[in-house]
Amino acid sequence: MSGVAALDRYTGAAASARRVRAILRRHGYLIVKSWTRILSMMYYPTVTMIVWAFVTLYLAPTNNFLKDAPGFFIGAVLLWDVLFRGQLGVSLTFIEEFYARNLGNLFVSPLTLPEYIAGQLTMSVLRALIGVGGACVFAFLLFRYSIFSLGVPLIAFFASLLAFGWAIGLAMSGMILRLGLGAEELAWAAIFVIAPVSGVYYPIGVLPSWLQAIAWALPSAHVFEGMRSVLLDGVFRWDHFWIAAALNLVYLALGAAVFGWSMRHARDHGTLLQMGE
Amino acid sequence: MLNQAADAAIVVADLSKSYGAVEAVKGVTFAVRRGTTTALLGGNGAGKTTTLSMLLGLLTPTAGRITVLGEAMPAHRHRVLPRMNFTSPYVDLPKRLTVGENLAVFADLYGVRLPRERIAAVAEDCDLVDLLKRPYGSLSAGQRTRVSLAKAVLNEPEVLLLDEPTASLDPDIGDRMRTYLERYQHRTGCTMLLASHHMGEVERMCDDVIMLRAGVVVDQGAPRELIARYGRENMEQVFLDIARGGADEERIAGAAAEEAAA
Repeated sequence: MSGVAALDRYTGAAASARRVRAILRRHGYLIVKSWTRILSMMYYPTVTMIVWAFVTLYLAPTNNFLKDAPGFFIGAVLLWDVLFRGQLGVSLTFIEEFYARNLGNLFVSPLTLPEYIAGQLTMSVLRALIGVGGACVFAFLLFRYSIFSLGVPLIAFFASLLAFGWAIGLAMSGMILRLGLGAEELAWAAIFVIAPVSGVYYPIGVLPSWLQAIAWALPSAHVFEGMRSVLLDGVFRWDHFWIAAALNLVYLALGAAVFGWSMRHARDHGTLLQMGE
Repeated sequence: MLNQAADAAIVVADLSKSYGAVEAVKGVTFAVRRGTTTALLGGNGAGKTTTLSMLLGLLTPTAGRITVLGEAMPAHRHRVLPRMNFTSPYVDLPKRLTVGENLAVFADLYGVRLPRERIAAVAEDCDLVDLLKRPYGSLSAGQRTRVSLAKAVLNEPEVLLLDEPTASLDPDIGDRMRTYLERYQHRTGCTMLLASHHMGEVERMCDDVIMLRAGVVVDQGAPRELIARYGRENMEQVFLDIARGGADEERIAGAAAEEAAA
């Protein structure tokens, strides 16, 4: 028999796109029907943005730096959240399958690992747009700050931070697959390890030299240095852009390799059927 | 007959799986003929789920060869997985999604044509029409098993692997599901490999039986052949003989002699 799923229905780009759509459907249903989920995505970035906005209002009258760049802290916190939401979007998409004990169903279907990852990354973009987008709206309504004041470079900053978040999210997904849900905290905490060396709120130059060496190996440090350059000098630093892009390629390859290695380990040890809450 | 691979949908040769020093499956060889239902039987830990997992490409064998519908597994799993499906008590579906949403997701994953019509049809067959808008997590165990079966036949698979497919169903629904699977097989020619502890189900549905104990195939044949060979009245008794490893050699020899004389 030929079956409903004939050969042309499950090979090629259209079939791959349909399977990625299935992953988006599966997680989209969850988001669309739950206003609490949408609220929780916007809650943290909005509250953090409000705190830093008030810090700015308090310090700006006596601080030359903030007089020159009054939107600095708000812009920094919003961009930092692009990285955070980007990473969390990838990790949480995977953790949801873990809790649902659905990994076995997914990976005996025609879904390939690259297609699953494509679904994770797309969900990460959606989560970042909802979370950070909501905070951006509040930043404008409450403080008349527009993230778009960064101009066209905003696109480069957004893409670069999102890509770095993806890389960390893929590596965290791999660690959770390897170590089980006991490692779930990694998904929430991992990003904060790099916060001190990303130069979100201060230049990399204030770090000790040995930490600077670590910082410059991270795309996030180049993005936030680039953001300061745009805000303070009105200059888009292409050098930082290209270094961040190259580093992102390396980290994305590493993140995907960790996830792929963990998947092979899971297939060797039979954990895809056993994992769950 | 089981080892003749010419008309087989599933061919397994010298299949082994070890976890460190523990050998879960040891050199298993069998074939499942196209369009038939074969039971994979054995006590807990006999290697049934491990074998099914390797057939599905979820678990990488330590040694041996698997061919499903002419494709080598797991090397070519993405060519054959669209033509297969499975149910297992070890997996679940997202609980916050409704039954209809879950089926829609899997219809996309399997590339089902006319998904709405197909979902409506399997919902009708599996008695799920009234449950399509209910969250999967709000269903009873029996209802979830029916949803799992609906998911398993959604893509009209040519090979269906069923791990305890009617566990937790009441006798009425269990019987209806067996009837549905039999009709489905009659209509589509599907090949089924069934792991079950329900010996009535095995006698009713299965053309062949493969008995596993401690990861080894210890016997195989048609249910009636096995019942006759062991001198027993039903598969339940045969199962106990084999699973406990206490088959009475004299009684088996006597039963064989009786069978030969008859």
